[in-house]
Amino acid sequence: MVANTIKFLMNNELVEIENIDPNTTVLQYLREEQFKSGTKEGCASGDCGACTVVLAELSNELDSENKAQLNYKSVNACITFLGNLHGKQLITVEDLKDGAKLHQAQQTIVDNHGTQCGFCTPGFVMSSFALHKHNQTPNRDEVLEALAGNLCRCTGYRSIIDAAITSSENAGEDSFAKHYQDTVATLNELKKLPTPILNGNGNTYIAPQNIDELATELTNEPKSTLVAGGTDLALSVTQNLAVVKKLVYVGNVAELTTIEETESEIVIGSALPYSEFIDTLHHYYPDLGDMIERIGAKQVRNTGTLGGNVGNASPIGDMPPALIALGATMTLHLNGTERTILVEDFFLDYKKTVLKTSEFIKSITIPKPVVGQTLKLYKISKRLDDDISAVLAAFFIEKTPTENGQKVTNVRLAFGGMAGIPKRGSAAEAALLGNNLTKESVAQAKAALATDFQPMTDVRASDKYRMTVAQNLIEKCYIELQSAYTSNVIETRVVNN
Amino acid sequence: MRTLIDVKKASSNTDKAVVEGQVGVGLGGVGTHKKHESADKQVAGEAIYVDDRPALRGELHAYVGQSTMAHANIISMDLSAVKAAEGVVKVITVEDVPGHTDIGPVFPGDPVLAIGKVEFVGQPLFAVAATSFDLARKAVKLAKVEYEELEAVLTVKDALAKKSFVRPPHSLKRGDSESAIAAAAHQLSGEINVGGQEHMYLEGQVSTAEPTEDGGMNIFTSSQHPSEVQKLVAEVLDIPLNKVLVDMRRMGGGFGGKETQAAPWACIAALLANETGRPVKFKLARLDDMVMTGKRHPFENNYTVGFDENGQIKGINIEVNGNCGYSPDLSDAIVDRAMFHSDNAYYLDQSTITGNRCKLNTVSHTAYRGFGGPQGMMTIELIMDEIARHLGKDPLEIRKLNLYGKEERNVTHYDQTVEHNNLSEIIESLEESSDYQARRKAITEYNANNSILKKGIALTPVKFGISFTVQHLNQAGALVHVYTDGTIHLSHGGSEMGQGLNTKVAQIVAQEFQVDVDTVACSAARTDKVPNSSPTAASSGTDLNGKAAEAAAKTIKQRLIDFACEKYDVEAGQVHFESNNVIVGEQTFSFAEFSQIAYMNRVSLSSTGFYKTPKIHYDRAAGKGRPFFYFATGACVSEVIIDTLTGEYKTVRTDILQDVGASINPAIDIGQIEGAFVQGMGWLTTEELVWNEQGRLLSNNPATYKIPAINDAPEDFRVALVPDAPNPERTIYNSKAVGEPPFMLGMAVWSALKDAVASVADYKVSPKLDTPATPERVLFAVEALKSNK
Repeated sequence: MVANTIKFLMNNELVEIENIDPNTTVLQYLREEQFKSGTKEGCASGDCGACTVVLAELSNELDSENKAQLNYKSVNACITFLGNLHGKQLITVEDLKDGAKLHQAQQTIVDNHGTQCGFCTPGFVMSSFALHKHNQTPNRDEVLEALAGNLCRCTGYRSIIDAAITSSENAGEDSFAKHYQDTVATLNELKKLPTPILNGNGNTYIAPQNIDELATELTNEPKSTLVAGGTDLALSVTQNLAVVKKLVYVGNVAELTTIEETESEIVIGSALPYSEFIDTLHHYYPDLGDMIERIGAKQVRNTGTLGGNVGNASPIGDMPPALIALGATMTLHLNGTERTILVEDFFLDYKKTVLKTSEFIKSITIPKPVVGQTLKLYKISKRLDDDISAVLAAFFIEKTPTENGQKVTNVRLAFGGMAGIPKRGSAAEAALLGNNLTKESVAQAKAALATDFQPMTDVRASDKYRMTVAQNLIEKCYIELQSAYTSNVIETRVVNN
Repeated sequence: MRTLIDVKKASSNTDKAVVEGQVGVGLGGVGTHKKHESADKQVAGEAIYVDDRPALRGELHAYVGQSTMAHANIISMDLSAVKAAEGVVKVITVEDVPGHTDIGPVFPGDPVLAIGKVEFVGQPLFAVAATSFDLARKAVKLAKVEYEELEAVLTVKDALAKKSFVRPPHSLKRGDSESAIAAAAHQLSGEINVGGQEHMYLEGQVSTAEPTEDGGMNIFTSSQHPSEVQKLVAEVLDIPLNKVLVDMRRMGGGFGGKETQAAPWACIAALLANETGRPVKFKLARLDDMVMTGKRHPFENNYTVGFDENGQIKGINIEVNGNCGYSPDLSDAIVDRAMFHSDNAYYLDQSTITGNRCKLNTVSHTAYRGFGGPQGMMTIELIMDEIARHLGKDPLEIRKLNLYGKEERNVTHYDQTVEHNNLSEIIESLEESSDYQARRKAITEYNANNSILKKGIALTPVKFGISFTVQHLNQAGALVHVYTDGTIHLSHGGSEMGQGLNTKVAQIVAQEFQVDVDTVACSAARTDKVPNSSPTAASSGTDLNGKAAEAAAKTIKQRLIDFACEKYDVEAGQVHFESNNVIVGEQTFSFAEFSQIAYMNRVSLSSTGFYKTPKIHYDRAAGKGRPFFYFATGACVSEVIIDTLTGEYKTVRTDILQDVGASINPAIDIGQIEGAFVQGMGWLTTEELVWNEQGRLLSNNPATYKIPAINDAPEDFRVALVPDAPNPERTIYNSKAVGEPPFMLGMAVWSALKDAVASVADYKVSPKLDTPATPERVLFAVEALKSNK
């Protein structure tokens, strides 16, 4: 059953829309259809955060009293398609004031002199608002993590950090808290609605609710474009002025938005946003959790997915090298039939994969670590946060103690940014495999890497830097694995230690 | 009879503000932490920027087709598909321009739309007006343009070899630098490439043009120079200035990028509005904004220096070569400022400073916070480090040794005496408060014990000349009205881009009348209220407009005093403005009450004010004079840590001491300092502009051009203002300019990075580290030293 509308809460007002081009972004809708100009366009590419709005949605988990609860997520309105609002509450900067009284997230910025030109301010306010909805007493690191996707060109950030770090414990109940139960009830009602569709300008958006519906949709219309967070796809619309005829949103597909653990594996639905599995991965692989914290920024991690990052087959996606190094597998679904392949075997050539027509990624399976295994990840970019890697190195090393050292019994050295696809350095691996991890074997691996890759020069880095740094990262990994260094880990990005 | 508005009487006023006020400060709040006048609106999404204005009836959207070649003749331009495209209402080329086709702000060279040839990738060829922003953008892509490619100049070296200049070279000479260098105990020479910088104002370029009933045009624009927009719009439309009104409420950031380069988009919107008779909005999408607007000039500088065994400079030759792009724009003055600031804080003795204005086939580079000053200073700061390594000394020792003296060695290479020089005190104070010497020791020790991570520290000073070097720009006007409810309306010629100018000027006016600052409403800068204004630039906004507004307020205040004396038969000395009241002899009126009485007695409650900067003069031909009213000074200590395997780094602590004179608003000044420092640090570290061999900008969006994000701000960030330091010159409340000077404090980060790299070779070699010092450049600097060792 389908309905030719989408429904969502615009703050507290239930809105039903139809006959709007589904290529419309939330930002365009707010500014051009709703004449709400508080949310700003800084870049229309998800890089600056000026357009940050908050989406409240029902959490998969109940609260401590077994009641439904809301997740407040900051997202970039400029790269979020309108249809993705269905079933959620959209909160913009205009909604925060309670009468004439500024919200705590606003007042603290005023009090700390955290505005200058003010154009980025609504975005910071919304990111800070979302942070405090989950954490009333954030520490500095938590503030930085929540605000790293908001650029400010004027203040130098100190005043904004001071504002966001202010505890909201005594701020009192805001209007969202007052309406909390009503919001939950409305969103619960929306959940029961038939599959939403948005038609406009000859283009269509549909959000299937289960895997069969999705498979049928793709089988019937193989030229459909899958969209999850849309953090990459939307750029083709806002930057290249492309028009997507048929958008199929996977974020509502129940089977694609779960995370499950078995004794030996973690299975992550392809349409589950990063922010919902980062903690699990961080638990098993701290390096991986830390690296994911540097993928895009909070707004992107709140919508971006594994399926998108892998399926996109970009040579500079950060997850594929990590997944390849981990020996992760992926389950592909084609009209009721499933197959499982190594993530490593998914990529054929630049932006080309083994995915067949109408086939889609259902889930990614990551093995849990066992004793003797180590995963080391290094993301090299000009800027720490919200930057695309020049090189992403993912090293998986399994060692067995021998009489005269530690013999490498299994090794996968995977790289992003070094070739047209994410790829392992097989010659470098061969130099390590079966040998003790020593200065000499590491030097050989470094030298061998030069035969594995011929990286390119582009706006992010030169070929020479890519190769040099990739080689040096093998050495860095080696140094970090020495016991003498265990208390002195050289972090991916240098820290004051 | 018509009645006047009800106002509070004096008795209803509380004395709260008096209690809160500081001695000698008074109610206007000059000297206190007043919040930004727009802060409440900004956090609520209620502050209106140009693109937020409600659409006007029939409003169209403009866009332009762009050149895909760096240098070419246009053979033909087929726009039929553009004209036929959905939503397109009008297409124009330069043939359709009724007036001037060149909109060069100072010198000609900037065609509003291409005239037969193109000189950079992204140059506007033609313009369309369509019914929506997206339809306009889509339509311009349909043009078929045929080019005859011409040889393009795409490097500074090539431009120098071909003597391809936008303006003639210029030199400043003092004494005989060649002989002095030769006679000195030591000589060094070298070069440095200093990268440019994208402004990345969060609000892109935008203007709306609305035709008026008499063939004129109202322009709403995001511009630092409304009067120039007014002039250029009038010129392209061939109408008099009095038919063009420009309104500028606020910018979402400017940084120099909207000084001259906001005008083209306003002109094109106006041309299309004139053609269609409908309002036209023109906003640039971010990517196009980055491709089509000029940036901070990249410079390639070189030097030869002679110094004594202590490291004191005896003679120096510096050549600064600015990459100006394809047209003069403001480059003459920008390269001049680079030459003026080639000394930064140091006495150069015998010197020859030469500046070349290189013409390249790229977008025309333009004003950017510091206006060439930063690029000029980089050379001498490099030299300080080079001398120090050469002599095996701490660079700070060399910097101190070369500072301008107080009584001698105190004349610049352009013959201006450096008066009231407080840099040695600032450095001494900062050295102590930042614990520089102890940290220097600890860092050297750390580096000896760590093979991979290395730390570095540096202290760099800034001395920045305040005034436009073009003398006539150093003037400003203001308009103040007092209404019959006692509220005050303020207009001035400056434009608010976030720097807090309106807040400060409102404080100044409130201070004059001793009323709450909320009593003063500062309106948009409008060319019909304050005419012939200068750009808001050169850090001069408050200095100029604050004085003009003060003058206007003083005029009204004097009228009120004269009136009080006459009406109540008191002496002028018996009339006081205090705590929102006017005290006349024994009587106390609320300010509002007294304004009404004055009105009823036919006293004019409106006045203009005017100011021009005193003392300045400069003879460019001779290269001598006093171009600057005073110098703004400050210093910074930054500590960094680098990873010698990857080149990654982090600024871990920054201490700044800045002289802002007697601050009008310390909270705003500290915000300017912090923001300027981080922007300066970004310029020298992660912000890399990359053009390809065809002259196309590759770093053309915020995904590829990385300004500092929140994690890049130093975790330990300590900013202080020099206490009790009123400007000895008679500036507005003896304050000092603050917009640009702290930008250059970012040089400390660059110097600290070099310090960390130098540790790899035991501080015996000075690493070459061009800017921006990306992780890639840092790694290669490390590798060069390792192989050198």
